[in-house]
Amino acid sequence: MTKLTKKDILGMADLTVDEIHLILETAESFLEISTRDIKKVPTLRGKSIINLFYEASTRTRTSFEIAGKRLSADTINISASTSSVVKGETLIDTARNLEAMNPDIIVLRHSAAGAPHLLAGLVRQSIINAGDGAHEHPSQALLDMMTIREKKGRIAGLKIALVGDIQHSRVARSNIYGLNKMGARVVVAGPATMMPRDIEKMGVEAFTRIEDAIVDADVVMMLRIQLERQKQNLFPSLREYAQRYCLNRTNFKLAKSDAIVMHPGPINRGVEISPDIADDSGFSVILDQVANGVAVRMALLYLLSGGNE
Amino acid sequence: MNLLLKGGRILDPSRNIDGVMDLLVKNGTIAACGPDLQAPPETQTLDVGGLIVSPGLIDMHVHLREPGQEYKETVATGAAAAVAGGFTAVACMPNTLPVNDTRSITEFILRRAGEAGLARIYPIAAVSLGQEGRQMTEFADLKDAGAVALSDDGKPVMDAALMRRTLEYAESLGLTVIQHCEDLSLSAGGLMHEGYYSTILGMRGIPAIAEDIIANRDILIAEYSGTRIHIAHVSTAGAVRILREAKKRGVRVTAETAPHYFTLTDESLTGYNTAFKVNPPLRTAEDVAAIKEGLADGTLDVIACDHAPHARTDKEVEFEYASNGISGLETSLGLSLKLIEDGVLSWPDLIAKMSLNPARILNLPSASLAPGACADITVIDPNRPWTVDLKAFRSRGKNSPFGGCALPGRAVLTIVGGEIKYNGLASQ
Repeated sequence: MTKLTKKDILGMADLTVDEIHLILETAESFLEISTRDIKKVPTLRGKSIINLFYEASTRTRTSFEIAGKRLSADTINISASTSSVVKGETLIDTARNLEAMNPDIIVLRHSAAGAPHLLAGLVRQSIINAGDGAHEHPSQALLDMMTIREKKGRIAGLKIALVGDIQHSRVARSNIYGLNKMGARVVVAGPATMMPRDIEKMGVEAFTRIEDAIVDADVVMMLRIQLERQKQNLFPSLREYAQRYCLNRTNFKLAKSDAIVMHPGPINRGVEISPDIADDSGFSVILDQVANGVAVRMALLYLLSGGNE
Repeated sequence: MNLLLKGGRILDPSRNIDGVMDLLVKNGTIAACGPDLQAPPETQTLDVGGLIVSPGLIDMHVHLREPGQEYKETVATGAAAAVAGGFTAVACMPNTLPVNDTRSITEFILRRAGEAGLARIYPIAAVSLGQEGRQMTEFADLKDAGAVALSDDGKPVMDAALMRRTLEYAESLGLTVIQHCEDLSLSAGGLMHEGYYSTILGMRGIPAIAEDIIANRDILIAEYSGTRIHIAHVSTAGAVRILREAKKRGVRVTAETAPHYFTLTDESLTGYNTAFKVNPPLRTAEDVAAIKEGLADGTLDVIACDHAPHARTDKEVEFEYASNGISGLETSLGLSLKLIEDGVLSWPDLIAKMSLNPARILNLPSASLAPGACADITVIDPNRPWTVDLKAFRSRGKNSPFGGCALPGRAVLTIVGGEIKYNGLASQ
């Protein structure tokens, strides 16, 4: 496969193994551009990309913006607040207005699951889902897979542990889909209150103790905990959460000796990962994830623009 | 004008009649029911051979949106949808703007119904002022104004003490109380049934127990106080089981379900299509099977469609922000006919669940084809396959997941008080 025939990137659920390979290989070939002195190629000159963000985001929005700019596309950022949904223009009207200005790609971040699917069915532009509620975040899963491949040489056959708030995590869902397709063994762990119903049917093993998940793991991926979940009685206190689920020197010994540690960011230091683990470049690949994120997003923009034609 | 319906299969569950006969209507009432009736002078004779002649169908759970949300539906458009769907009468829920919690609103709805002059409209008044779950409405005054039942539908009565007092006070007035069973603390933020599909779709779930717990609680309250209660839109296997056990031990509980709960599952939500967003939510295949069992064994007494018309603007938004509900009056009978095809219900059972049973629960007149009864009649063609065309809905609400669906049959004649209010005999 040398070409992506999809109009949109909505989730890992609907990408094939071949498509994932194509995206990762394209991203790997783009990695070098970001290391040049002049970090820009003319590939997408004349293309316009709109980053339509209905949710606060620094990392993902910046990453998409830099990716577009390194390929010489014109990138436009729109930060809308979901509160405007109540009194202002609907998502559909906003999309139709943007469509009329004829951009090539719309990158959408939205707090409502399924919002990119709604847009994709309405406008002729390609839609990239940059995170929809607790549903999917495909570019994050792709950059995670790229990082795993880079560090481990493969994905198939690896044991990969996802730890934390599985229920509310779009990163978890996208990774479960993607990693399963690529032949990894995925295990998840987190408080029972944040373990979604029937998660096993997604093809994972689920545990409530971090130790049970990370034993013999090749990759330990820690998920962000939203502090406001405490108010919903999903866990009693950050103190107890950290005591039970923080990745530290002691429990990390259970993983394989060459295991790597990942986190989609932003990190709550001392809650999800102890600082000495997060900062140890011997196994923490958190910043490699960020670097690869730009390359993966360049690949998505390129392939959706008809790249490799 | 008199009417003679010739050669139809007369189905009258009130008298256990099922046979090919003629039916004569004079001056708005049933004059005779028997073989080979002769048409008196000035009588319109209609050949209904091969068709089902049923007491007028009654939907005891609809939302007509007037007053306040006329852009979604009015009493008149809702009544037009009702007769087109084969319903001679509907009972409308009080969650209008303002809420039907006082005599003047009830009277207003009845006045609108009179102006429309189509289906009979029976207002259901709110249990609590503003449906806020705190202060009881004036039940007796509302009944006197024409309310046939009490409900805070759209919301549950969460306060158990209020429910107890409501059941006790309403019982003394002969008013039926209808509960929307949803424990709000368990359903908070929920957008769909909690299960595998909510997990993969990343949407907050509404667990089945949110319904089961309130159904169970209110059955216990009714049992304790020796009163009646009616459970609205049953969607879970758990509620069916709880109801079955309660009926077995003699609790005076009745219950309804809606066509979407025996037709669709939560798997339908995988495309985030807001047409499938309802409350209670679409459940699992096991729940659908249990609903059908409940209908078959009599645990569920009534089919009512929970007609919830919405405008495009209410549905063409992100799933999370979309309104709940299906515009159901014009597909309810067609979907229910599939229960006969599938062997779940017999014809007399289906007709009873859509006419006699709701009439009894709401203490409405007759729902009978006996001579002397008011001539509310629905004629059904069970073998007239049609495809649902949302644009052709009489309802203002075109919000239905059943657009494009092939249904086996439909109502072809809806007669209210001896007058033909809908005639689809010729159309095909």
